Amino acid sequence: MKSFGLACVVLLCAALIYSTMNFPDWGSLNSPASEHVSDYYIQNALEETAVPNLVTAVLADYRGYDTLFETTVILTAGFACFFLLRRYRRKPPPYRLYRHIETGVTLIIEQGGKEPTESEEFMRIDSQWVPYDLVIQKAARLVIPFLQLFALYVIFHGHHSPGGGFQGGVILGATLILLAIANDLRSTTKRISERISAQLASTGVLVYAGTGALCLLLGANFLDYSALSRLIATDPVMARSHGILLVEIGVAIAVSAVMIWIYYNLVSAGRHDEGL
Amino acid sequence: MIWQLDLIILALVIISGIAAISVRDLLGASILFGAYSFLMCLLWAVMGAVDVAFTEASVGAGVSTVFFVAAVFRTARRSKD
Repeated sequence: MKSFGLACVVLLCAALIYSTMNFPDWGSLNSPASEHVSDYYIQNALEETAVPNLVTAVLADYRGYDTLFETTVILTAGFACFFLLRRYRRKPPPYRLYRHIETGVTLIIEQGGKEPTESEEFMRIDSQWVPYDLVIQKAARLVIPFLQLFALYVIFHGHHSPGGGFQGGVILGATLILLAIANDLRSTTKRISERISAQLASTGVLVYAGTGALCLLLGANFLDYSALSRLIATDPVMARSHGILLVEIGVAIAVSAVMIWIYYNLVSAGRHDEGL
Repeated sequence: MIWQLDLIILALVIISGIAAISVRDLLGASILFGAYSFLMCLLWAVMGAVDVAFTEASVGAGVSTVFFVAAVFRTARRSKD
């Protein structure tokens, strides 16, 4: 069976490599991709949308439908992880562990026992608890604000430089995941709960689709941002640029919230209690 | 495009790809997969697709590696085969 599989893989590889010989050359002018629409985008994108980064203009304006449904796919991935993994425990866990910070004594509070309030003296710990590494904790605390600032820069500067909603949103979500890894899962779920992350994820897609619907209400086609010029007192070209920005913000909100949401479900096996 | 640089990165991509599927330790496999993604990101950047490279670096090398590590943390670390 194994040799049969190997033969299949080798045959398939040979067929694939053979078929690459028919591909156009790298950067070839005669390739199908650069024959039809590419010329139009390269020549007219800057005048029509006032966005110097061609990729952003194509992604969010000319191919707005694609990006809308890409964002929806990411939202669906978040929902899929939620439905597959999330477990609502009917009964509470049999015991909880608390650590007295000054002496390092661990208290096991059985179910129904009096639980100490989390304060300067006591903190709740995971069952697989490792002592906090001070270096990791403080280093994460130091870099997270700068990472978040960079994420916002990537989102809002996507018109002029590589980047945009997807990349910036992922970086923004990754900073909160870093916070959860450096401390513990509960410290992050206290800041951004599951409910808020799900709501933010849906809001992001709603912002995107809402921008398109607003264009529809103003009498243009769906996602034709030039119609927004009636609302924000600019010419249609700048309105398209601002429309792209609105859409990118929606994508960033959705992507960052979905990343956090998936992480919560994966790392705690759906219990949202103990994590990495 | 410098073809020597391209060749080195491509060779490293193939090596890390094969290593990621042949290693028994799943945590190691996920780290190797992150290295694979990062080398792919370099390859995209060499070819001039900077936006794709940025996405690959943030999604492929960053967040998905964390997701793999989280999944390994909740399941078994050694693979059966």
